[in-house]
Amino acid sequence: MTWLRRNLFSSVPSALATLLILWLAIRYLPPFFSWALFDAVWSAPDPRACREAQGACWAFIGEKHRFILFGTYPYEQHWRPALATVVLLFLWIFSAFSRHWKWWLGAVWAAGLAGIGLLMWGGMLGLPYVENERWGGLILTLLLATFGVAFAFPLSILLALGRRSELPVLRAACVGYIELIRGVPLISVLFMASVMLPLFLPAGVSIDKLLRAQLALVLFAAAYLAEVVRGGLQAIPRHQHDAAEALGFTYWKKMRLVVLPQALRLSIPPLVNTFIGFFKDTSLVLIIGLFDLLSTIKVSLQDPAWSGFGVEAYLFACLAYFAFCYAMSAYSRHLERGGSGRLLRES
Amino acid sequence: MKRSRQAQAALLAAAGLALWFLLSNTQQNLESRRIASGFAFLWREAGFEIGETTLFAYSAADHYLRALAVGLANTFRVAAIGVVLATLLGTLVGLARLSPNWLLVRLAAGYVEVVRNVPLLVQLFFWYALISENLPAPAEALNPLPGVFLSNRGIFFPLPGDVPALSGFNFTGGAALSPEFATLLIGLVTYTAGFIAEIVRAGIQSVPRGQVEAARSLGLGRRDELRRVVLPQALRLMVPPMTSQYLNLTKNSSLAVAIGYPDLVSIANTTMNQTGQAIEGVAVIMAVFLTISLSISAFMNWYNRRIALRGLAP
Repeated sequence: MTWLRRNLFSSVPSALATLLILWLAIRYLPPFFSWALFDAVWSAPDPRACREAQGACWAFIGEKHRFILFGTYPYEQHWRPALATVVLLFLWIFSAFSRHWKWWLGAVWAAGLAGIGLLMWGGMLGLPYVENERWGGLILTLLLATFGVAFAFPLSILLALGRRSELPVLRAACVGYIELIRGVPLISVLFMASVMLPLFLPAGVSIDKLLRAQLALVLFAAAYLAEVVRGGLQAIPRHQHDAAEALGFTYWKKMRLVVLPQALRLSIPPLVNTFIGFFKDTSLVLIIGLFDLLSTIKVSLQDPAWSGFGVEAYLFACLAYFAFCYAMSAYSRHLERGGSGRLLRES
Repeated sequence: MKRSRQAQAALLAAAGLALWFLLSNTQQNLESRRIASGFAFLWREAGFEIGETTLFAYSAADHYLRALAVGLANTFRVAAIGVVLATLLGTLVGLARLSPNWLLVRLAAGYVEVVRNVPLLVQLFFWYALISENLPAPAEALNPLPGVFLSNRGIFFPLPGDVPALSGFNFTGGAALSPEFATLLIGLVTYTAGFIAEIVRAGIQSVPRGQVEAARSLGLGRRDELRRVVLPQALRLMVPPMTSQYLNLTKNSSLAVAIGYPDLVSIANTTMNQTGQAIEGVAVIMAVFLTISLSISAFMNWYNRRIALRGLAP
């Protein structure tokens, strides 16, 4: 009772707000739940059952789940992207624990990615070869995000160092690059990679669409990550630089052994946040015609037999992306609280 | 010093060489594919219709330049309205997260979590499906407020002295939002408001507790306390991140191309498909957005300096 009084009815406006929210909940939640759960069609052999029902048609997801998850990958080979997805998710979860942040983590990743490459491409060990064009669904989204960050991160460190460099030409080039990319929408960078890049290459050389999109995502992410890394670099006190220089360290030795280890540790929480944004941004590859998770969902809706269930399909997409992003943002908050210990203990 | 000068000269030379390599490749490719270059195409007839226009009259007989101008005006329309509405909604949600009402706090927090953790493109598709598949045809349009009609042909609301009325298969009169515009506006506003809410909350929470207590002990009411003590201090902290959210909203309006609202990017995309002049098309998009970004950040820097505390500024 005291809790109710203090938290819901502490003043007249607060009481009014409580009543308004309760009224809205009573008015709209029951119809929503009966649509989403009680009247919903969970499985149906054909779309007619869905069209007759009052509720949501989750049978659509059931019918299309293989295409949504794996895109146009050969049907009987679907276990390969499924296994690759599991391996990739395992790598991410494994790397989330700070006690695994040792030198051998890189080796674990290299082995894992080699395994994923073998699974996805095949062509060895009796696995038929599957070209990039047929990759799709969840694994494509995860791979675009993973490789995007894997290549963008080293590039972003160089850009951030360049932006703080004392060489005017280098600094101007890095500032120009970062501001250019951050000033334009991702879609224009993707257009550049998909329609302009083929014009830049010498005759006879071509890069497939997946790699072009990946390149655009790397170039885009690097500019944003560079600003996060720069924030970390700026937080390192001047005397750390002075101390390293007094020891006679060269520029690279100073950065590698003294400045970057501290700066990167400071930037881990904002880096995770930037990565969440980047993960969401990979959905834009749909516009240049790649079959990522969102794209496979959209294409599933084009089946005339099952058209008209867009709300269900996109609610499912919301849930899928939310699960990934929420897990990452919960992790980032955990790091910010210093929950991982190592962030505070060693800096 | 000498070494660094050599390094920079080498950098410049490498960049120049790479540029020359790309340019010569491009020239060869353009020649072999018979694609024209230069901006002369801007004065050729566009030959495509545009669903909705802002400010400019436009027909398929007009040239590409006018089509792109219509697209730019459409971008500005959705961005300008979006910024105002997102600020309002975001401030409300941010204040709700700080209210003493537990229910309101949970509701606002849930809203922020959901919109921030789902890609904007997914949200746009969701809203578009909701409007185009689930709203009734104009004849059975929902009528939640007098004069306001929701249908799968768009949202209609009254202007003073001009009430929308059903005639034939659609409404005439009043003001209309096309389904595409409504989708884009709702998506951009609800998405950006989630980020603005967090900025507002962080800004207000950054004001030291002592300031609030001082305001209370002076006998100021909650409204005066916010308006005269908390907000002026919080605002200084909020301006830079708000600027970047406004810029993000403007850049995100380019997702219009995915739902068919004729903004600058989708018109430039059509232009590129028709003329094959991809370099010029992408250059137009990039130049426009860079100009917008740089001018907004220049304005915000000026504003930021103006509201900074004198003598305390770094």
